[in-house]
Amino acid sequence: MDHPTGDLELEGIELDLFVEAMRRRHGYDFGQYAPASLLRRVRQLAQRHGDGTISALTHRLLHEPALLPQLLEGLSVPASDMFRDPSVFRALREQVLPLLASWPQLTIWQAGCAHGEEVYSLAILLEEAGLYERSQIFATDLSAHALERAREGIYPLHAAQQWSRNYLAAGGSQSLSDYCSARYGLLKLDGRLRRNVTFAQHNLAADGVFCEAQLVLCRNVLIYFSNPLQHRSLALFRDSLVRGGFLCLGLRERPDAGMLAADFAPVDAGLRIYRRIGPAAAERRP
Amino acid sequence: MTRPAAIVLGCSAGGPEALKAVLGGLDPRLPQAVLVCCHTGSETVELLCELLARASRLPVIEAAERETVRGGTVQVAPAGYHLLVERDLHFTLSTDPRVNLARPSIDVLFASAAAAWRDALIGVVLSGANADGADGLRELRRLGGCAIVQSPDSALASAMPQAALARAGADHCVPLDAIAPLLNQLCLP
Repeated sequence: MDHPTGDLELEGIELDLFVEAMRRRHGYDFGQYAPASLLRRVRQLAQRHGDGTISALTHRLLHEPALLPQLLEGLSVPASDMFRDPSVFRALREQVLPLLASWPQLTIWQAGCAHGEEVYSLAILLEEAGLYERSQIFATDLSAHALERAREGIYPLHAAQQWSRNYLAAGGSQSLSDYCSARYGLLKLDGRLRRNVTFAQHNLAADGVFCEAQLVLCRNVLIYFSNPLQHRSLALFRDSLVRGGFLCLGLRERPDAGMLAADFAPVDAGLRIYRRIGPAAAERRP
Repeated sequence: MTRPAAIVLGCSAGGPEALKAVLGGLDPRLPQAVLVCCHTGSETVELLCELLARASRLPVIEAAERETVRGGTVQVAPAGYHLLVERDLHFTLSTDPRVNLARPSIDVLFASAAAAWRDALIGVVLSGANADGADGLRELRRLGGCAIVQSPDSALASAMPQAALARAGADHCVPLDAIAPLLNQLCLP
C-alpha cells in the first residue's frame, strides 16, 4: 500500500492478528492492553526478531514456540530502578511498615516485578524495619525471562550512583553498598535479601488470587492496561488484601475512582498508597 | 490540509524559554489541544507548568493517564514517563526505556500523535541540545501533518532544530517570535 495512512490501517490489522495469534497459540491475552504502548512494543519486537513487519513476527510466533519467552519479555513490564520515586519508599518505611508490624506474619505481593529492582528495595526496607524474618514476599511477573533476571539480582553498575541517592532519599539508614557488591562493571545484590522471596509467573489478565496479603505493590503496570483490565487487576488486589492491608500503585497512575472509593481509603493519595477497607476477601465470597 | 485538531511541541535545553514565547503568543480562542514534551531533568513538571501558566493565555495542566485530550488547553508530559496519544484521543503513559536518552521522549509523543491525528496535526520542534523529535517529526510529516521548526539561529540550543531539519525537513522554518503568529494563522478559522 503506498498511501501512508493506509500503512496505519494495515498495521492495525497486523497488530490485531498478532494479539489473536498470541491468545490462541499461547493463551496470553494482550487484547486489553493500552493500544498505543502495545503497538510500540510490538513494533520493537518486529525490528528485533524479524524484518520489521508485525506479520513476519506473527509468523514466527506461530511456528517457533521457542521464541515465546523473548516475546513475553518484550511485552511485559520494563525494568525499574531501586527505590524509584524515593518519596514513596519513604512513606512505606515511615507510615506503612510500622502498621504492618502489628501482624505476626506478613505476606507481600509485588505484581509485575520485572527485573526485581523494587523487590530488593522492599526487602531492604523490611530488613531495616526488623520485619524481614516474618515476611513472605511473592514477586510475580508475566515473563519467565524477567523473573530469571530478578532472581539473579545483577544489574549494570552505572545505575548504582542514582540508586544510592534514591536509597538515602527514601530514608535509608545505612549505605546501599552494604547490600551489594560491585565487580566486572556489575552490581550484585546480596543473595540473603532473597531468602524470603518467591518468584513466580502470574498474569494479571488471566490468573486469580493466590495469597492473602498485607501489602500489594503494583507500580507502573496498570498504565499499560485499558480500563477493563485495570478494573480486573484492582479487583484482584482488593480480593488479595486482608482488611487493613495496603495497596501501593505508581505515582502517575489514575486508578478507577469508583472502585477505590468502595474498597479503599487513601493513606497518601498523592503517593498512591491506599488501605483496604470494608469486608475482608474471605467474607465477601458467598 | 485539514484544519488542525492539535499542536505538539517538543524541546529540551532552552525549551522553557522558547515555550513561554510560543504559548504567550497563542490566541486564547484556539480550539486545538496543545501537547508539550520538554526534557527537564527534574522529578516533576509542576514548576514547568506554573512557569508556562504565567506566560500562557490558555490553561496549562499536566497530562494525566486515561484522561481525554482537551481542546484549548496546554497539556504537559509528566516527568519520567513517555506520553502517548491513543487513537480515541486519550492519554497513555509508559515507563518503557528512554528514547534518545529521554523520557518523556518527543519522538514517542509525536509518533503516537501523528497516528491519532494524521493530517490534522501540527508538530513544532524548538530549542534543544539533542536529536530527539527528528524521527517523530519525520513520521508526522509522512502522515500528512504540518511541521514547524524553530530556525536554529534563533534557538538557545540549535542541535534539536538542526536534527529535525536534517531528518524530517519542515513546512515552515521560522524564528522563535514568528511561531505563535504562524500557529494562530494556521489554527484559527
